[in-house]
Order: sequence, then C-alpha cells, then structure tokens
Amino acid sequence: MASQGTSIWSKHQIFEKHSYWLMLGILVVISIGGLVEIAPLFYLKSTIEKVEGMRPYTPLELAGRNIYVREGCYNCHSQMIRPLRDEVERYGHYSLAAESMYDHPFQWGSKRTGPDLARVGGKYSDLWQREHLHNPRSVVPASIMPSYPWLAQTKLDAKHLATDMKSLMLLGVPYTDEMIEKAQDDLKAQSTIDADTSGLDKRYPKAQARDFDGNPAELTEADALIAYLQMLGTLVDFKLYDNQANVR
Amino acid sequence: MSTIQDPIRPPAKAMRFGEAGLLVVFAAFAFFAIIVAAKAYTPAYAFHAYLFAAASIASVFAIGNRYMARPAGSVPQVNADGKPNYNFDVVKVGTIFAVVWGIAGFLVGVIAALQLAFPAFNFDLPWISFGRLRPLHTSAVIFAFGGNVLIATSFYVVQRTSHARLAGDLAPWFVMLGYNFFILIAGTGYLLGITQSKEYAEPEWYADLFLTVVWVTYLLVFLGTILKRKEPHIYVANWFYLAFIITIAVLHLGNNAALPVSVFSPKSYIVWAGVQDAMFQWWYGHNAVGFFLTAGFLALMYYFIPKRADRPVYSYRLSIVHFWALIFIYIWAGPHHLHYTALPDWAQTLGMTFSIILWMPSWGGMINGLMTLSGAWDKLRTDPVIRMMVVAVAFYGMSTFEGPMMSVKAVNSLSHYTEWTIGHVHSGALGWVAYISFGAIYCMVPWLWNKREMYSLKAVSWHFWVSTLGIVLYISSMWVAGILQGLMWRAYTQLGFLEYSFIESVEAMHPLYVIRALGGILFLSGALIMAWNVWKTITMPEAAAEQKLALAPAE
Repeated sequence: MASQGTSIWSKHQIFEKHSYWLMLGILVVISIGGLVEIAPLFYLKSTIEKVEGMRPYTPLELAGRNIYVREGCYNCHSQMIRPLRDEVERYGHYSLAAESMYDHPFQWGSKRTGPDLARVGGKYSDLWQREHLHNPRSVVPASIMPSYPWLAQTKLDAKHLATDMKSLMLLGVPYTDEMIEKAQDDLKAQSTIDADTSGLDKRYPKAQARDFDGNPAELTEADALIAYLQMLGTLVDFKLYDNQANVR
Repeated sequence: MSTIQDPIRPPAKAMRFGEAGLLVVFAAFAFFAIIVAAKAYTPAYAFHAYLFAAASIASVFAIGNRYMARPAGSVPQVNADGKPNYNFDVVKVGTIFAVVWGIAGFLVGVIAALQLAFPAFNFDLPWISFGRLRPLHTSAVIFAFGGNVLIATSFYVVQRTSHARLAGDLAPWFVMLGYNFFILIAGTGYLLGITQSKEYAEPEWYADLFLTVVWVTYLLVFLGTILKRKEPHIYVANWFYLAFIITIAVLHLGNNAALPVSVFSPKSYIVWAGVQDAMFQWWYGHNAVGFFLTAGFLALMYYFIPKRADRPVYSYRLSIVHFWALIFIYIWAGPHHLHYTALPDWAQTLGMTFSIILWMPSWGGMINGLMTLSGAWDKLRTDPVIRMMVVAVAFYGMSTFEGPMMSVKAVNSLSHYTEWTIGHVHSGALGWVAYISFGAIYCMVPWLWNKREMYSLKAVSWHFWVSTLGIVLYISSMWVAGILQGLMWRAYTQLGFLEYSFIESVEAMHPLYVIRALGGILFLSGALIMAWNVWKTITMPEAAAEQKLALAPAE
C-alpha cells in the first residue's frame, strides 16, 4: 500500500519543490471557474438583449445616480426584484437584465435594510421624497434611514458632466455626440420650470422635467437625486409583458 | 552587486540601485501629485493628492536618512552565530498596525450597529452617515486588520519556514507602509464620499492602481524569499499564502477595471455594466472571502496551531487535497450571491452546486486543523491561546456549513437581502478570521519581542470569554432577525394580501439591533484587553516574563 500510494503522492512534489510550478498550478486552477461563469455572459441573448424603452440616463439623472453611489445607498437598498410572488406584489415586475445594461457600475445591492428601489419612480411625490431625504422620520416615523439635510443645501457640481458622459460612451453606453454637446442645456431644461424640453424629450424619451427640490432658485444635489429616484423603473412599459410568465 | 570585502579597509559606501531608484521615483511622484492637487476637480481629491505628495516626500527623507545611518556594504544574510538574519522589524510594525486597525474597525462597526438601532447616531453629518460608515467598517476589519495580519504573519512564516531573510531591502517596507497608506486613502475616501460602490472593492481608481503596485511588490518579496529557501520543500502554509496573494491580484484587476473620468477627477466608471458587472463583482466578492479571509487565514492555521501545540500537522496528504480542492472550487461559488436575479439560471445553479461541494474541502481543512491537537487536547484547558485558535477552527467549520446551506436556492430565497447574511458573515469574520488572528498575534508578539510569553495569559482568557459572549449575542440576534425579516416579507393574510408593510419588518428589528450592538461592544472590549496585553508584553522587562511564566515557550 505504501509503495503504491507514495508514487502518486510523490508526483505532487513538483509543486512542493518548485515555486514556479506551484504558481502556475494555482493560476490554472483558479482561472477555470471564473472563465466558465463570466465569459458567456458577454454573448448570451438573455444577458445582452435590448428591451424597448431603455435609454441612457439624462445628465441630471446621471448626476443623481452619482450622488446615490457617493452616499452608499446600495448598502441598504437593492435594485433587483426577484421573480418571487411576494416581491412582484410588493415592488412590481421582476427586474430584467436589460434594465441595468447601461449601469456602470450595477446597483443591484445585496441587502434590504430598507425596501427595494428598482421601481420606486413615481410611487411617491417629489414633496414626499424631499421631506423624506431631509428627515425620513417626518414621513415614516419608524424609519431608521439617516437624514440627508445637506443634499438640498448643496449646489449640484455639474461642470464636468459632459466628460462623465464621454467616459460612459467609450464604455459602450449609447450616448451620441449631440447628447454630450447638449449636456448642459439638457441639465437646465430638465430642472427648470416651464423650460423648452423638446430637445430633451427627443434625446431622452420619458424624461421627467420639473423643479424637483421645491427650490427653483437653485439646482441642488436634491434635484438630481430625486430626478434619479423618480425615473427608476419607469422606462420599460410592462403592460406589454406577461407579468406572471416566470414567477416561481 | 557582488561586494568582496577587503578585510582591512571597509568598502566605500555607495547607494544601492533600489535606494537611488526609489528616491527618484518618489521625488518625481511627489511633483506629479502636487500638480494633480492643484488642478483637482474636487477638494476631496486635492486632499488625497496632497496626502500622496506628503507620503512621497516623507519616503524620500526616510530613504535618505536610512542611507546616512546604515553601514556600508550589503545586508548580511546570516548572523554571526550562523542563523539567518531575519527581518522581523517589518513584521513588528505590521503586528502593531493590525492591533490598532482592528480596534478602529471594531469601533466603527459598533457605531454602525448603533446607527441601525438608533438613527440619531448618524448625527445628520455626511461623513459619518451609515452609507459611508459601512464600507469604512468592512474595509477596516477585512483589509486593514485582516490584511495587516496576513502580510505580517506571511513575512514571519515565510522567513521561518524557508530559513532565509526576507527578500529585498526596501521592498518589504514599501509593501508594509504602502499597504497601510492605501488603507488611509481608502478609509478617508469613504468618509469624503469617494467610492465606486462595488462592495469590498469601494476604493476609486487611483487607490486601486497604487494597491496594484504594492501587491505586485508583495508577491515578489514573498516569492523571492521562497526562492532563497534552505529547505527543499515549500511549507504548506506558504502554498496558502501564495494562492491568496496571486488570486487576490487576479480578482482585484478583474473587478476594478475602470475608466477614470480624468486624471484630475476621483470619479471613474467601471468597464462592466449590469449583469456582467454583477457577476464580476460577486466572482470578486465571494473570493475575497475565499482567498483573503479563508486561504490566507488557513495559512495561519497551518503554521501557528502546530507550532503552539508542538504537534505536527495531522495529515500531510489531507493538506494537499485540502489545498487544491479548496482553491479550485471556491472560484465557482460567486453566483450564489445572485440567486433569482437577472443572472442566467444555469450560472446560478452552477454557483449553488459548487458551493455545496465546497463544504467538503472546507471540512477537510477543519479536520486537519483540529486533529493537529491529537495528543495535546489538554492544552485546550491550560493554554488560552490554543483555545482561541481551536475555537476559531470550530467557527470555520460552522460557517462553512452554514454558507453552503444558504447557497441552496430555496434557502436563499428567504435569507437573501436579510440580516441572516450579516450574521453568517460575522460568524466567519469574528469567530474564524479574528480568532485565528488573535491567536497568531498572541503567539507572535512574545517571539518577535524576545519575551517568553504574553504579559498575562489570564488577560488572554478574559479576552476569549468576553468576545465569545459578544459573538454569541451577535450571531444569534442576526439569525433571528434575518429569518424574521424573510418570513415577514413573504407572509400572506388569509385573504391573499401581503400581511406586513416593509416598515413593520423594520420596526421588528429594533430589539435585535440593540442586542447586536451589545455583542459588538463586548467584542470590541475583548480587543481592547488584547491591545493592553500586547502593550504590556512589548514594554515589560525580560525578567518579568520569566517569573510570570505558565507555559513552556512555543519556540
């Protein structure tokens, strides 16, 4: 037994005695799983198909999304509704891969200390969102969310938004040169009362334009964040889909 | 390089290539950082650029001073008594960093726990609101505390088991201090709102680039030391360290692929989007657990438990199977973080299957660690350091059973998005990672500072019991909280309506959040006892150690 066993185990000595073989062995062994699971996602239809209605974020929404990322909202709020009966009834249609195809990075989250936000757009009024961000307990007494009073007091820094959009274009988000050129105009059109929004609507269908933070005098971070929250989950028209098809 | 010493005349002192090269690089980088600071898009980024400049200038002075003070010639590889001239100074610094960052990380965890129980603890301040503090907590405990433990112990273990001095002269210092500078940039960045929002990979592009340089140097130092070894075999612990270093490099590069908006902006956009980004994230995220928090700390198990118990590793062959099976299977397990999401079903099923298979090598490793105590079980009673490490391995077994169970899709449909995940993570992080680290620190501090034993083994015992009570409170409250949440979210009335609104599930969490915070406070208290004990051990005179001696020295 010993002799037979030894011969098999002694082959392993190549890894025990040569650090380069050990390194190579480790690299090969750890590569397989990742390659098999990740590479197909760039080719499979279900992960790269386009869905009617999806468009890149408007400049204001993009600025709001960056604030969402900055404040770490994903630590407590998911944006991924699973095809389970209770989730679909609580939050709406389950999330499609296409709905986050322009999201660099994704914001699916991993924890629901607060509710899912994938389809929060339009569920509450701007006033509610404003009050809620200022002091969550003023509208939801049992809430444990932090207050974000600084958002409505901080002017939105949007100087470099066009550069941001250019970076995203390089990564494959279908922004056009026109969209980048008109970034500041679209920003103004979406956040000002009674502005001419014809260009904005053409470039970004379903864009909601108004003064979001209740302070028309200033474009604040609250404007951008609320504009982002109010558009979440509103782009795809789910009346065209069978809501129950894949519910388990 | 070859300096043949003249026996009469000492060699002329000359700057080594590494010293001169680093001086130039740091000076140039300081200049570059100041330009970036001047043109930075945001004040927070300018602050970071100035930190980089200050650190570079400090490095220039440190290297210059060291050159002035050091003797001529190259570093002796062997002492006068023929033993290797080990480089333990860098290990000492890492050990102290680990203790300090550990306490900082646990403290931030306690504050975050209190914020969830009582939102007033957010104080309406941007810098310490929960969304910014939570990444600070996770990074501080995983990368600052855990990372320093791993770098310090790997530098210790690789020298001891190779019978060779650490490779490189300035390189080990660059790794140690550079890594901790990265922690500083990452941590202050979160508080200032600089994050790319990828869990456990939040630092922005410039911090990631810097870490890449540090990490490659780390690999070179570690590998260089192995290449100088006097033993034919590479010791088991070093396989695990090497797998940890290589795989973390691969994961880091894959998950953090990003396009900076500008060199003057802290903001970047991740190359991947949506479902691909999600898969990359959890391929990274789960293997940060698998290779940083598991493979790395298993190396600690394979060195410090046999050393402290004075027994050989239970089975060498089991180590071989354990090693290859663990690193092969772990990589596949990522998709279990994405059950029922928009990730394709086949990928989810693959992730679940491999997660369940992973139970086997995990328990194989646990058995290998526990059975190393064969013939020395009495030490559980007499030696609180052994007790801590054995309980760590037991927690490892428990959480590597719980993990595969939670990866089953039916279980995950309940547990995902809930506090159960948080409880699971902490049974692994507090019970396994922190306990094996504490055990290693208690072993290593007397060895490094030439003391026969820790200042007080009684204090080690107190640390053990106080923090064990803390862990029990923490994980049991989070189990109850998670299962309660999962059940409330899916509860229906007889008429077929959802029974609870979301906020009712939030309200139900309150008492459990309070118990969790209490558990965290106990765990932090235990760490403070350790810090005091480490301090007393380092500063006590040699003789005092001899009188207080309860055990034979481990070395």
